Order: sequence, then structure tokens, then C-alpha cells
Amino acid sequence: MGSHGDEYSSASSVKNPTIKFTKLFINGDFVDSVSGKTFETIDPRTGEVIARIAEGDKEDIDLAVKAARQAFDHGPWPRLSGSERGRIMMKFADLLEEHAEELAALDTIDAGKLFSVGKAVDIPQAISCLRYYAGAADKVHGKVLKMSRELHGYTLLEPIGVVGHIIPWNFPTVLLFVKVSPALAAGCTIVIKPAEQTPLSALYYAHLAKLAGIPDGVLNVVTGFGPTAGAAVSSHMDIDAVCFTGSQEVGRKVMQAAAESNLKVVSLELGGKSPLIIFDDADLDMAAELAILGILFNKGEACVASSRVYVQEGIYDELVKKLVEKAKAWVVGDPFDPKVQQGPQVDRKQFERILSYIEHGKREGATLLTGGKPMAQKGYYIEPTIFADVKEEMLISKDEIFGPVMALAKFTTIEEAIKKANNTRYGLAAGIVTKDLNVANTVSRSVRAGTVWINCYFAFDTDCPFGGYKMSGFGRDYGLEALHKYLQVKSVVTPLYNTPWL
Amino acid sequence: MGIHNSDDSSAATFVIKNPTIKFTKLFINGEFVDSISGKTFETIDPRTGDAITRVAEGDKEDVDLAVKAARQAFDHGPWPRLPGSARGRIMMKFADLIEENVEELAALETLDAGKLFSVNKARDIPHAASSLRYYAGAADKIHGEVLKMSRELHGYTLQEPIGVVGQIIPWNYPSVMFFLKVSPALAAGCTMIIKPAEQTPLTALYYAHLAKLAGIPDGVLNVVTGLGSNAGAAISSHMDIDAVSFTGSTEVGRKILQAAATSNLKVVSLELGGKSPLIIFDDADVDIAADLALFGALYNKGEICVASSRVYVQEGIYDEFVKKLVKKAKTWVVGDPFDPKVQQGPQIDKMQHEKVLSYIEHGKREGATLLTGGRSLGEKGYFIEPTIFSDVNEEMLIAKDEIFGPVMALAKFKTIEEAIKRANNTRYGLAAGIVTKDLNVANTVSRSIRAGTIWINCYFAFDNDIPFGGYKMSGFGKDYGLDALHKYLQVKSVVTPLYNTPWL
Repeated sequence: MGSHGDEYSSASSVKNPTIKFTKLFINGDFVDSVSGKTFETIDPRTGEVIARIAEGDKEDIDLAVKAARQAFDHGPWPRLSGSERGRIMMKFADLLEEHAEELAALDTIDAGKLFSVGKAVDIPQAISCLRYYAGAADKVHGKVLKMSRELHGYTLLEPIGVVGHIIPWNFPTVLLFVKVSPALAAGCTIVIKPAEQTPLSALYYAHLAKLAGIPDGVLNVVTGFGPTAGAAVSSHMDIDAVCFTGSQEVGRKVMQAAAESNLKVVSLELGGKSPLIIFDDADLDMAAELAILGILFNKGEACVASSRVYVQEGIYDELVKKLVEKAKAWVVGDPFDPKVQQGPQVDRKQFERILSYIEHGKREGATLLTGGKPMAQKGYYIEPTIFADVKEEMLISKDEIFGPVMALAKFTTIEEAIKKANNTRYGLAAGIVTKDLNVANTVSRSVRAGTVWINCYFAFDTDCPFGGYKMSGFGRDYGLEALHKYLQVKSVVTPLYNTPWL
Repeated sequence: MGIHNSDDSSAATFVIKNPTIKFTKLFINGEFVDSISGKTFETIDPRTGDAITRVAEGDKEDVDLAVKAARQAFDHGPWPRLPGSARGRIMMKFADLIEENVEELAALETLDAGKLFSVNKARDIPHAASSLRYYAGAADKIHGEVLKMSRELHGYTLQEPIGVVGQIIPWNYPSVMFFLKVSPALAAGCTMIIKPAEQTPLTALYYAHLAKLAGIPDGVLNVVTGLGSNAGAAISSHMDIDAVSFTGSTEVGRKILQAAATSNLKVVSLELGGKSPLIIFDDADVDIAADLALFGALYNKGEICVASSRVYVQEGIYDEFVKKLVKKAKTWVVGDPFDPKVQQGPQIDKMQHEKVLSYIEHGKREGATLLTGGRSLGEKGYFIEPTIFSDVNEEMLIAKDEIFGPVMALAKFKTIEEAIKRANNTRYGLAAGIVTKDLNVANTVSRSIRAGTIWINCYFAFDNDIPFGGYKMSGFGKDYGLDALHKYLQVKSVVTPLYNTPWL
């Protein structure tokens, strides 16, 4: 499988967007970092520098928090009606739509994500997220309580205050809006720390936020590194809540920093090692498609990637044949090329990490069916890789690899499948492929994961809550559930006199 | 002030109850067992400082056994698999058993915590039973949602029990807090390890006994008595506990969140301290306001997280208010909590006694005006006079720190804006009280104060249906109400494609 090298170089048309925004966005202005330092953001197709971006650190976070605090305590945003916030958010969504191509291109050169998918899926998903929460902003209801004595009581759902958002690099646009939209709807003000690998679109969104009418100080973006700017967010004494999506090890640090500082509310969306369980009665083609997409979508850089695939023995041999066929036909190359299905991994560190796991897999004795090597050209391209005969104790079955590497295993009974599926410290998602209603119900109830997809995968929707069980984290994104991360419940109680009933 | 001494030191005036201590061992997997180390610790009677009895001292190994039992009970036992209504029936039976033993339980709590016997019997213990009944009735009504998708997908959420839960209970309301935590966890189908405060282990072990009698299966409810730094820490850092719920001090709350982060990222909920303001406006009825303020600061000897330890009085009624307040404080009866005439028992232990007295000294040194009280009472035990400081400003330690004793910090204010600003000038945010007849003042101030519960013309108005929990550094997560169930549930989304559907 090496023919891809020739095909892509002639067919690709590389777009080179001008980088318009490279400074921190604090209190409505683009500013240099206090230190004046900048850092490079790299194009993973080549390993070369795209641009230098302002490098924020603790002092810059302090300024951003000051602005966000002022905006929250005294500014208009939390005091607007929900519908007014909604209108501004709708305008923000419209602006994203108007600039979709440019934004998709930025994520492509920054993260190696497919341009066509960015345009057709990522940016529209961000837009629909903004619109969904814009529509929810004037429907955030408290409750009137039913007391057991003469008291009138109700709850108010109030915005929690200044929120810190630490955004990962795999879905820089979608995850920014998944976090920011409910926070804006709730009336909070925000300090965003985008991943250092992918700062470009975030700064563009800051510009569009201002254009949309989001008041100064409500949405701030401080680009920089995790151990400096990110740590400053999680340990800040004046941030009320922090939401983090990323690796388990950093998630720990965020929670620890919250505990050591001001006990801010924490929500974490961490890694996964999600199982896809394919039963004998599955449609072979559909199952193979799902399994391939499940691990190769976004070059395997998805927290919910179905990195463990369990196939019932009845269809095992036939399915494996189809899987290898599809993997070998999978087009890896320049993410601007519409024929390409897989771009480069996000950076050198990830690239090397994935290759190291592949070596582990070989050494641990798993059977390498296809792939297993980096691609020939410049940049961080890796062949779609499938290991079979993978045992639960193997590292490639336990650790989240975050690359185009599938771990395949056979199973006999439904009980065995459930046991193997749950044999992980993670619990982010799972997939089930079967036509049998009872199998679907049993397995979906039995797998300990926050999202279970039956005969589909990556089936996200703005109304569908998403988040982890076990060490995949806590707190939910999407759906009305997500608002709770940005709201606090206040109970108000008064005695009742001369009341006909309670 | 009136401490009962001269004419009632004998048994002539009131009956001293001395309940037999029936349960002193750890309760793990349905059995009372010694701790693995065989160690025991004393639990003290705060009326005298003498030991009541020795109780098994659990440590990490005992917590491990309890978690093993709870994990088995959760993963394979009947409890999470029962229908909610079946769990509810067993919880109702549990509540009945508590009511049948109310006197004995109330006496245990009086001995162990210095809480008023009459109040334990009339309020605390019945409240614990009603908590069980409230959640027993909710257990079969835990709803997920069917979602409204934007394309052809059928999606719904399941609210599933989170698993094995650690509950770390404080000493100020041993029974109430035990059931506040345990009831929703049971209703949700979780299994649990309860670590009662080392100061107050007695009623918790009794409840373990009643739990078994009620039909709660072995391993579902485990009680490991011991010290916070051992057994408590073992819970927050345990790799196989899915969630920990803690009520107690801010400093220990930090340790719990840190341990959770360092271990298995378990879900944490914290109900921490408070420095709750009571704001009294000019149009208030001065007598009612004075009663509320005194009650707010002295109830349960001030050992209550929502105590109205800061009282702000508008200048128009200030002088009249202070006069009435001090008069009432001086007639407050401090003494043996078994005596029905007594309104305030001893502080929980030596450490708290000394801490409160030390804050009183701070108050004097910081220049606040001592209106009444300020001293320890009697030679034995941990009694303190009801103490009121006035002319307190927010920089003083007695206005900033949670004292957790019968000490009120009083101040005057002019405008509503000033009152709001000063009320919010704290890192805490647990509760607040407002006394006014004016609808608009009530609405404005209740919206403006950053606290989890606002009481208007009342105080300590708790109810099973009212969510309770902190803003800011008073913590996160709610007790009471249906909201409390969320601490013990996880949301699972299940999604399938739809084909040939008339609409979404």
C-alpha cells in the first residue's frame, strides 16, 4: 500500500489562508502578551511553521480574568434577557457561516483535519451548537417546590460566573463552541485557552464574537501553553468553574489545581478506549464501514474512537477480510485534497507516540494485519493500522493511542463481549452492531459508558448529552444537561400565611 | 445568661438518660466486626469531657474490605437491580424502625454531640426518617429523557446509579446528615461506605443495625468508624469508589478534592462552611427579627454551617434591636442538653471549645464591642456563653472566618446597596437571611446575594423538597430535593438510527 504517495501530490490544491489574528483577545482587543513572547504553530503536513502567535502566561490570564470578572459582575451580558443573548449568539452563528471556508482552512493547516469535512461537518456543527443554545437561553427554568409545611420555595438557576475553558486540538472549532455556547447562553463570561497546537481558528472566533455584538470582556482568548496559561486558569482564585477536554493526565492536574486554589467547579471530558461490539447478525458491509470510520475518522484523533473492535466468531473471518480491504484502500494525504480520507497526525509528539504504540503492539504479539508504518512523505502521516488477536492485557488494548490504530478481537458469547467491553478504566462511548432488539437493549444497559451507539457511530446531536463514565470524566457536553455546568441553583424560601393549600 | 447549676445538679430536676451503647464495631457486609488492627478509639461526652465508650477504629484496610463488599453488592447484588419501588419499600421500613427507636437514638446523639435531647427527639431524628421517606418515594420516578434530534436518530438518556459511593459525615448533625446523604444514594441504587465523624460514631452504627433489620442487603450500606486522616482519607483516595460526598470544613474539603484528583478522578460533591449574613431592614418587626437573629446564631450551639453568624441591621431600628437582642441573649439557657429547659448544650469537643474561645479573644483584640457573653462556662465540659460582638467590620477575623460556635458578629448599615455589598463580601456563599415586609426589597436582595439558599422572614427553613448547597467556597453539589439524586446518578445517552419515520 504505497501508491498514495504519487496520487496525492499531483491532485492536491493547497489553500494558503492569510493568518489575520495572532494576538491574545482580552476585553475586546487584540493585544500582545505581557511578556511579548510568541510561539510557533506548525503545519503537520510539512512540519513547518505557519505563523507566530502571542504566548499568554499567568499575567495575561490575570488580565483576562479581570476583564471577565468586570463583565460578569457589572457588565450587560448576564443582565440581558436570555432572548437578547440568544439573538447575539444567532448573529455569531451567521458570521461563522459567512466565513466557513476560511475557518475550515485554518483548522486544516493547523490540525491536519480534512478541509471538506471541516466545511461540511465541523463548522456547521459549531454553528448549530450556537443556535441550539441561543434558543435555550430564554428557557432556563428553576422550579417551584412542594413543601411539607407552610413555606413558599422556588429555585433560581443563576449563571455561575467567570468560566475557564481549556480546549483540545483535535476538534478546535467544534469543542470551542460546545463549551462556549452553553456558557454564553447561561450568562457567564469566559476565558478560553485553546490548545497550543491549534490557536488559529480560536482567535478568528474572538474577532467574530466582537463583530456579532458580544460585549467586551465576555469572551476572552488567551493562546499559550498548558503548563503556563492552562495551569493559570485551573488555579486562578477568581475563576468560578473550569471545563476541560483533553487527556486524563492533564485532567488530573486541572482538578488538583482547582482543589488547591479556590475549589472551583470542575468538569472533565477525558480519554476513551471505546469498544465497538459486532454481533453475528450484523450487516457485514455496514459493520465494516462503521469499524473503519470509528477508528480512522479524524485520523483516529477522536476521544470516542472505537479503538477496540470485538467481532463475534460467526462473522469474524469475513469481516476481517473486509476491514483489511477498506483499510488498504483508505486514502491518506493532503487534507485539502477532496479525495483524501485521512490527513496527518497533529504534531511530531503525537506522531512518535502512535508509532511507539504500534511497536508495542508488534512486540506484545498482536497480529499486524495492515499498516504499521509512517507514510513516506514529509509531515506526520501514518498508515491505517489494524492489529488482530489483541488481548486485554496488551498496552494497545489498554491505553488510548489517539491515532489510526485498531485493536481487533474475537468473542463467542454476549456475556464475554460485555465483560471485555467493560474491562477498561475508561467509559466514554461504545458501539453495538446487531439487528436483535434484545441484544441491543441488554448490551446498551450493560456497557458502562456515557454514550452507546447502536448501529451507528459518532452519532452526535446538539440535543444528546455527551460525557464520560469512570475515568473518562464527569459532566456533560451537548443537550440541556450542558447548561448545568454553567449554572448554580439558589433556593429562595419564605413563610406562607393564610394559604388555602400548600 | 442562665446556666443551670445550683438547684439542679442532682437528678431531681430532670432525668439523666444513660443509654446502653449497643453497637461499637464496624459494620461491613452486613456484620459488626472489629477493625483489622483491633484498635479502638474513645468517643467523648462533651458535657464532662469523659469517655462514653470505645469504638472500633477503622483504617485503610477496613475501608478496603468495605469497598470490596460494596462493589460486590453493586456489581452483582440485588440492590441496584431491584425496581425503584422495591428499594422504596425497604427504605420506608427503615424509616419506621428509626421512629420506633427515636428515644434511644435521640439520647445517643445527645451524649455524643451535646445536642438538645428534646430537639433530637422532636426534630433531628424524625427529620432523618422523613428524608428516607422522601427519597423512598422518588426511587421509582427517576426519569431519563427522550431527545429531540435534528436528524433521523432515536436517542434517549438513562439515569444510572453511579456505583460505590463514599459518604463522609460531619459531627454537628450526625443523624440528619447521615440520612441526607444515604437516602438519595439508596434510592438511586448505589451502594455505600459511610465514614461518620470520629466525634459522633454512635448513632451511625445503630443505623447500620436498623438498616439490616429493614432488609437492606449485605454490602449495600457499610459503616467504618475511625479518624478522618485515616479512614476518611482512604475513602477519598480509593481507586474503586466512584463518587465521594463530603460535608465538613473547607480545609478538609480541599484534601478530598485533591485526593480524588490524584486517585481515580471520582466525582466529588462538597458542602463546606459558611459565614451567612442575616440582613434586617428598618421595616422589620424588631421582636421577630431579634428572635431570628439569636436563633440563627445560637441554634445547635452555633455548630451549624448556615448559622447567621453575621447580622446586619439597618440604622433605623439598630438601637432598639440591639437592646432586645442582648436582653434575649442574657436569658438564653445553657446547660445539660438532656434538660428540657436548656436551649444550648456544650460545644462538641475540646478542640472546638478552644477554637471558639480563641476567636472570641480575637474579636476583643480586633476592637469589636463585646455586648454580652465572651467566656467559657463551668469547670467541666465545653460550655460557652452566648456571645455578641457589635461594631464588626469585614476585615476582622470574626467577620471572615467561620467560628462554628455561639458567637454573633453584628454591624449597622444604611442603604440596601451597602447591605448587599457587605453580605457578599465573603469567600463563602452557603445561605443568607432577609427580614423585611417589602416585596421589592425581598426580591432585589434575594437575587443579589451570592448564596445557595435565601431565607426571607425565616431562617433554617429546610424542607425535603428544597435543594441545599453552596455558592463560591461553600462548595458544590446539592443535598435535599430531587437535585440531590444527581450526585448518585450518571447520564448515559443511547442512540440508534431511525428508518422510515413519519417525523423526528
